[in-house]
Amino acid sequence: MDAIIIENVSKSYGEALAVADVSLSIRVGELFGLIGPDGAGKTTLFKILVTLLLPDAGRATVVGRDVVRDYKDLRQRVGYMPGRFSLYPDLSVQENLAFFATVFGTTIRQNYHLIQEIYSQLEPFKNRRAGQLSGGMKQKLALCCALIHKPEVLFLDEPTTGVDAVSRKEFWDMLRKLNERGLTTLVSTPYMDEADRCDRIAFMQTGRVLAVDQPSVITNRFRKPLFAVRAADTYRLIQDLRQAPFTESCYSFGEFLHLTVRSGGVTDLQIGQYLLDKNHRNIEIQPIQPGIEDTFMALMNQPEPTA
Amino acid sequence: MNRFIAFVKKEFFHILRDRRMLLILFGLPLVQVLLFGFALTNEIKNARIAILDNDKSQHSQQITAKLLASGYFQLRENLRSNTDIERAFRRGLIKLAVVFPAGFTADFEHGRNAQIQLLADATEQNTAISLTNYASAIIRDYTTDLNPTSQPPMVIDVRSRMVFNPELKGAFVFVPGVMAMVLLLVSALMTSVTIARERETGTLEVLMVSPLSQGQILLGKVVPYLLLSFLNGCIIIALGVFALNVPLNGSLALLLAETLLFIFLALSIGIFISSVVETQLVAMFASLMAMLLPTIFLSGFIFPIESMPKPLQIVSNIIPAKYFIAIVKGIMIKGAGLRYLWQPTLVLVGMSLFFTVLSLRNLKPRLS
Repeated sequence: MDAIIIENVSKSYGEALAVADVSLSIRVGELFGLIGPDGAGKTTLFKILVTLLLPDAGRATVVGRDVVRDYKDLRQRVGYMPGRFSLYPDLSVQENLAFFATVFGTTIRQNYHLIQEIYSQLEPFKNRRAGQLSGGMKQKLALCCALIHKPEVLFLDEPTTGVDAVSRKEFWDMLRKLNERGLTTLVSTPYMDEADRCDRIAFMQTGRVLAVDQPSVITNRFRKPLFAVRAADTYRLIQDLRQAPFTESCYSFGEFLHLTVRSGGVTDLQIGQYLLDKNHRNIEIQPIQPGIEDTFMALMNQPEPTA
Repeated sequence: MNRFIAFVKKEFFHILRDRRMLLILFGLPLVQVLLFGFALTNEIKNARIAILDNDKSQHSQQITAKLLASGYFQLRENLRSNTDIERAFRRGLIKLAVVFPAGFTADFEHGRNAQIQLLADATEQNTAISLTNYASAIIRDYTTDLNPTSQPPMVIDVRSRMVFNPELKGAFVFVPGVMAMVLLLVSALMTSVTIARERETGTLEVLMVSPLSQGQILLGKVVPYLLLSFLNGCIIIALGVFALNVPLNGSLALLLAETLLFIFLALSIGIFISSVVETQLVAMFASLMAMLLPTIFLSGFIFPIESMPKPLQIVSNIIPAKYFIAIVKGIMIKGAGLRYLWQPTLVLVGMSLFFTVLSLRNLKPRLS
């Protein structure tokens, strides 16, 4: 039995369709990532799974409990960390943790072993008001609060948004450790580079799931040759490349453009000649391995979801 | 039970750590009672007057002395001519001028129609009316004192007696009003704002995904405010009785019970407001607009209901404070018991039930 089973779940707010016919299964003990840009419907799907919203259509179960019918039972069993910082800023670190422990009918001491590793980093600041912690610290505290009642499944909605790079890495290390102890975890994130940290990922875009698989498998689906291109005038470069006969797609990735070509026959020399004819200077072209983001861009452009 | 205690404890932390909250909770009632009790009073004390004595007789001097001895008036200046009167009024030096015409004594002693002119500054119309009334009464007293036996026949002597508040003390009116206002403000505004805040910070979401039911969450939020509001009510009663000398003629137990009932009503209104608004700001505005202003203007606290236009009189019937003020006045000043106050009490009970049922119906185990 899978830990989370989502079957044809849809949810709309008025006219806007937030989640459109999503089906997913998340296995017990998996660290599963829900990847997608803002507005993809990740948060709505989370709220349905943690019993905060009713789906318009479809059904979902978490650890075998229906999210609509068995919501009371389910609320004892899930740990939920909403997208924004949702603790009491005017209570101290320790008071926040103690409050949530009591609310869930337990004590810090009883379940200290669950959070020890994370909380030990917060302990020097345990009397500080939660509102005065740094972004990374806040997330650690929120994670502790979500873990203190020994949940069977952990739901983390964009836990690393607004957190610095070092703290993000630390946070994912923590999640991996928790996961190794057998905790099923569903994480959402808009950051593509975090997808590699998951066992499996699902791409979401405008309410639909575009693909579900292991991160490496998904990147391997990307078969077409890919080049990183750079020239002096980036703006003109992107215009010219998009109009080129060999171009499948062209997107800007930092200082380089990622160019997908239509067939394997196109070489970097051909592209270079084309750009020289267009009077570009300082041209740099190199073949590259596709990353998660390239895959995502390619998936977004497919007319039909392949999930 | 542990959960409940933890919740209440957390709520007290919120209140005690928020200076603005503390100030509204305990500073506001204190300041209001003292302001309304001492500073903002419509009683007249030591009003500045001027005398223009064209008669310069024993009678005119005795009447002047009697006026000044009453405590209501204070002599600002003795005028010399009619033109001085206007000048004194224009400069705002005096509220009332008393003019004895030449030949006053002669008219008075010969039984002719002796006249004294009272001129009052009617830019403050209530003060002007009160001042002329007081002065007329004092002058009438003087004439009857002089010849108690020689009253002409067929004169109707109207004697009014102010029952319950013979000295017409303003505190008697204001203390119940302030009590209603503060309790409404603290209970309704604070609860609606604090619930809206949980919603705004997202902590309500986390609480909802917990074994706590919505009812338990609400109860945990409301109980601290019930306690604090009750404490506030007691402070106001104590201030009224000990600092402003408002009598407590009725039963203290009944007064406290009615106070609790009113707080309960205010809390249920606060919960109802919080169940229909999203943010703290809206909650605050809704509470102020829906609660505070009608309480001040339509409850009879400042403006008598009887002198309002008919539509407003009808509206005043749905203002909870109107009934509470009537009850507090009844108990404290008239010493009335439940036998006389069952009607307004019943209205408050009905309103409480109405809002409690309404907010419970709005309770949902999920978001929107």
